[in-house]
Amino acid sequence: MSDVSMVVNGRKVTGNVEDRTLLVQYLRENLGLTGTHVGCDTSQCGACVVHLDGKAIKSCSILAVQASGSEVTTIEGLAPDADLHPMQAAFKEHHGLQCGFCTPGMIMTAVDMVRRHPGGLDEKTVRNDLEGNICRCTGYHNIVKSVLAGAEAMSGKTETKAA
Amino acid sequence: MYQTTYHRASSLEDAAKLHAGGDDPKFVAGGMTLIPAMKTRLSAPSDLIDLRHIDGMKGIRISGQQVEIGALTTHADLAQSKELEKACHSLHYMANHVGDPLVRHLGTMGGCVANNDPAQDYPAALLALDATIITTSREMKADDFFTGLFETALEEGEIVKAVRFTAPDQCGYEKFRNPASRYAMTGVFVAKGAGGVRVAVTGAGDNGVYRETEMEEKLAANFSADALEGVTVSPSNMMSDIHASAEYRANLVVVMAKRAVAKAAGH
Ligand SMILES: Cc1cc2nc3c(=O)[nH]c(=O)nc-3n(C[C@H](O)[C@H](O)[C@H](O)COP(=O)(O)OP(=O)(O)OC[C@H]3O[C@@H](n4cnc5c(N)ncnc54)[C@H](O)[C@@H]3O)c2cc1C
Ligand code: FES
Ligand code: FES
Repeated sequence: MSDVSMVVNGRKVTGNVEDRTLLVQYLRENLGLTGTHVGCDTSQCGACVVHLDGKAIKSCSILAVQASGSEVTTIEGLAPDADLHPMQAAFKEHHGLQCGFCTPGMIMTAVDMVRRHPGGLDEKTVRNDLEGNICRCTGYHNIVKSVLAGAEAMSGKTETKAA
Repeated sequence: MYQTTYHRASSLEDAAKLHAGGDDPKFVAGGMTLIPAMKTRLSAPSDLIDLRHIDGMKGIRISGQQVEIGALTTHADLAQSKELEKACHSLHYMANHVGDPLVRHLGTMGGCVANNDPAQDYPAALLALDATIITTSREMKADDFFTGLFETALEEGEIVKAVRFTAPDQCGYEKFRNPASRYAMTGVFVAKGAGGVRVAVTGAGDNGVYRETEMEEKLAANFSADALEGVTVSPSNMMSDIHASAEYRANLVVVMAKRAVAKAAGH
């Protein structure tokens, strides 16, 4: 067992966990943050994406102890107020989800994508950078649309209504 | 995953000491190979020694034609480096095509080097670039370092600190991605420099990364894709699995090599 301490969604948390506990297990089972999903055993689906010190990573492929001392943002922490984050709003408006299982990971990856491409996004870049996120429902088309719209909204160019 | 005991090393000396004290210890860097392997119980180290917080092992240093990359440098660091793109555009391209952006944020150069997965990208680059692997106890040429499938010359407890190479005059990398995992089903790196032409193949050979010497000779005489016209690769030393037969891989080696040369020539 090891002590872990990290800042999750702006809140300092501490705990004592088995060393083999994955970060995603710690988030879901110890902290009750079940927005982060587990969709595979092979590190391929991206349903588990969170931000670790500001960068998108797969929380199923890192131990909680490895992440100790870091800052973690999960889907729950993206928009701390009642309003949706512009990327969440864009997914809602552009029908970027069907069952919704992949959506938290998609959105966390999308927000990171915007950070990594300060010059803006185009469709090719979005499709390329969604490499690590799998969706079984939508066929990606509306996800790509949502990411592009969300990116624009984040840059302040257009208003995406959360309605 | 089986039980394991985690240790965070503060220095290389600390890491060596922790390693010596473990029953069946393993180092972990980005964890992008090791943690998935532990999850499926393919790997079960008694102790995990985390190298990620050791100072001074991260970063890209370029002076003149000499390029040195610290072992803890992530794929994302390489993929974002304009300096690396200038010095060796194919290694930069490669870093941008390892797995996905999420894997690239954690996975490291050192982890790839130490792991020598036959489907991994960097071993091909390092072998073609005639790179030197710098460890805690010595320096080795890539030719001597990569010894077989998942095998390297690393001894117990030896840590990769950095890799170093001379920027090539021309280079190209082409990989045929496994459609599911994105690892190289066959990848070919060609490099032309002061020492001649080197062609390294990953993802295909049944003994891991290797050099195509016949292609090297042909390309030394004429550095163009035409020089590889008619060259064939024997399937007898190729891997064969559910993704691709040995014959298919043998053919891919030639196709990828031609494309890599065309890329190098066109850059
Ligand atoms: C979904 C997915 C897709 C991927 N796709 C690709 C791909 O297309 N191409 C590709 O090349 N790779 C791919 N990878 C692997 C990825 O590149 C890993 O980052 C890399 O294999 C290992 O680096 P790491 O830092 O994560 O190593 P770790 O997993 O931490 O370690 C791997 C091994 O190396 C040892 N080790 C690590 N660092 C050192 C060191 N400095 N000295 C000595 N030993 C050390 C460890 O003990 C362990 O045995 C993929 C991984 C995933 C999860
Ligand atoms: S749960 Fe599938 S990548 Fe993490
Ligand atoms: S919406 Fe169902 S998996 Fe993507």
